[in-house]
Amino acid sequence: MIFLDFAVRNLKRHWVRSFLSIIGIVIGVIAIASLGIMGNSINLLVANLITDVGDTIVITPHTAIGDTFAGDPRTAVDATIPARQVDEIRRAASPHRVIPVQQGADEVEFGGGESGYTQVIGLDAEDIPALLDIKVGQYPRQNQPGALVGTYLAEEYDISPGARIAIGGDDLRVAGLLEERGFAADINPDYAVVVPSAWYRDHFGTDDAYSMVIIRVGDVGEIDSVKDAVDDQLNRREETVDIFDSRELLRQYEEIYRQITTFLVGIGGISLLVAAVNILNVMYISVTERIREIGIMRSIGVLRREVLRMFLYEAVILGVIGSVIGGAFSAVGGYFISVAAIEVFTAGTTFGENFTVFDLTAVGFVIFGMLFGIATSIVAGFYPAWKAAQQQPIEAMRHD
Amino acid sequence: MSDIPVIRFEDVSKIYPLPAGDVVALDRVSLTVERGEFIAVMGPSGSGKSTLLNLMGCLDVPTSGKIYLSGKDISGMNDDELTRLRRDQIGFVFQQFNLIPLLSALENVEFPVVLTPDREKSRERAVEMLRAMDLEEELYTHKPSELSGGQQQRVAIARALVNDPALILCDEPTGNLDTKTGTAIMNLLAEENRKGKTIVMVTHDPKVAEYAHRLIQIVDGRLV
Ligand SMILES: Nc1ncnc2c1ncn2[C@@H]1O[C@H](COP(=O)(O)OP(=O)(O)OP(=O)(O)O)[C@@H](O)[C@H]1O
Ligand SMILES: [Mg+2]
Repeated sequence: MIFLDFAVRNLKRHWVRSFLSIIGIVIGVIAIASLGIMGNSINLLVANLITDVGDTIVITPHTAIGDTFAGDPRTAVDATIPARQVDEIRRAASPHRVIPVQQGADEVEFGGGESGYTQVIGLDAEDIPALLDIKVGQYPRQNQPGALVGTYLAEEYDISPGARIAIGGDDLRVAGLLEERGFAADINPDYAVVVPSAWYRDHFGTDDAYSMVIIRVGDVGEIDSVKDAVDDQLNRREETVDIFDSRELLRQYEEIYRQITTFLVGIGGISLLVAAVNILNVMYISVTERIREIGIMRSIGVLRREVLRMFLYEAVILGVIGSVIGGAFSAVGGYFISVAAIEVFTAGTTFGENFTVFDLTAVGFVIFGMLFGIATSIVAGFYPAWKAAQQQPIEAMRHD
Repeated sequence: MSDIPVIRFEDVSKIYPLPAGDVVALDRVSLTVERGEFIAVMGPSGSGKSTLLNLMGCLDVPTSGKIYLSGKDISGMNDDELTRLRRDQIGFVFQQFNLIPLLSALENVEFPVVLTPDREKSRERAVEMLRAMDLEEELYTHKPSELSGGQQQRVAIARALVNDPALILCDEPTGNLDTKTGTAIMNLLAEENRKGKTIVMVTHDPKVAEYAHRLIQIVDGRLV
């Protein structure tokens, strides 16, 4: 077809301009697609990091600090919940499972001369399977003490089930390793040693002080009534405990990554605009330069729609080449950016492992970027060509 | 049929609105061009000759007045009809040649044929036209920018004649040619006219005007 041939020849004749147009489109597509991929990866990652425990109530001793996060070390150090109150909580929360938690820290020898000051968590042996999953080994029993080691700690000191560690000089066998747990509302044992509460009490000599009480409520709908019951029971005269539930924590996390998403969408929107203006600019100039030529062609019998078709071919050729290159670049670029971002976000953890950057959404972003590039090129090339074709041939010919 | 004039102008004015004031390029011009006529349009520079020719060629629209081509009011025709009219019925030779820079001399001549349904013989027709214009064969593949003014003019005339139009409009067809080539071109136009083509030609050269059968004088946008 003559107009397609024309379009190709025009692009070749002005190859520098064509090249610049393509670069403009490539940059636009990259900006959109790689930002999309990055935002998507971060969202996936954050969603991955949060252990969803939507049915957990966490009770911590009331402190002057107030609404601190349950894992805040000050809470654990400053105050404790006495056994009497734990019983009251049990009564109030019945029939839901109540898990009192003791937390301390001690020098732990991991064998091979390596040791470190480590968090030690004491849990009733019966409660451990309800709260924590093990990766390898077995849960310890109350009468047969053993330690469960957090996954990062195990990795750092190369510990496997059956190994022997010493907590503050007391020997203990490692019964198993814990699954990674991440940021949860209650406890994070990834860097800790978990021991049965009997052993904990023997070792630390504390039998009446709990740093936290966890209530597992089977039905999310009952969370509020359980909270109220506990509140009634313990905080009637004065505030003795603070009561959180995991929904609040999840809401906080959701708020944070909603903000991250908004931020990235904002940047994405701006780059979308910049890319569009860039493509518009390049295409507009290249068509405007040729208004005279359009006038000549119209004067010797080229129809308006044929002019448009010719420029459409040009825009599509540029748009497709630019978008394909841009799409390829952003697929590669987005991958590396995401990998880098994940490394920063998950430094020292294993959450980033086996994390795939390219899910359907990421591919969707690349396709969106490419379609956007092609569409913008077409609009940008079409509009000035249409304008020129609307003019009387003689007016167009006078243009320069 | 034959008594319907090829072109009829009725009180045609063309006014260019400029910030410094309106320029009246044509002032209530009425004229008729009969089939088979050979007309020379003369007048001083800036008198409106090109404007007149552009209006005849449907390249521009009048500010007021009516233009009839073969009896049809062109203001009632849509753009596609006007474009096809330019393509099939009118051959236009521009004062500034207006060749398409992208295309070689031969392709420029071929272009109007390619736009028509019978494009098969386009290459033959183009070569034939350029031969008639005496253009050296080695120049056929040259781009307009690689041709002299006179060579470009011959290509432009070849392009105007290639679709065998009934009406030929020439703006200074010999302006850039030496006497010998100029004469050859004029003989060619006269030959076309003998074959029944209607020709309207703008010229400054009284000798060239002699080829025409009728002279239209124009001064300050008015016929005299
Ligand atoms: N696009 C335009 N805008 C404003 N004024 C114009 C335009 N085109 C032509 N004119 C004015 O209209 C008048 C007639 O112009 P035209 O080109 O028809 O003259 P001409 O007789 O062909 O002159 P020449 O012999 O030099 O080619 C001139 O005064 C010119 O300045
Ligand atoms: Mg003129």
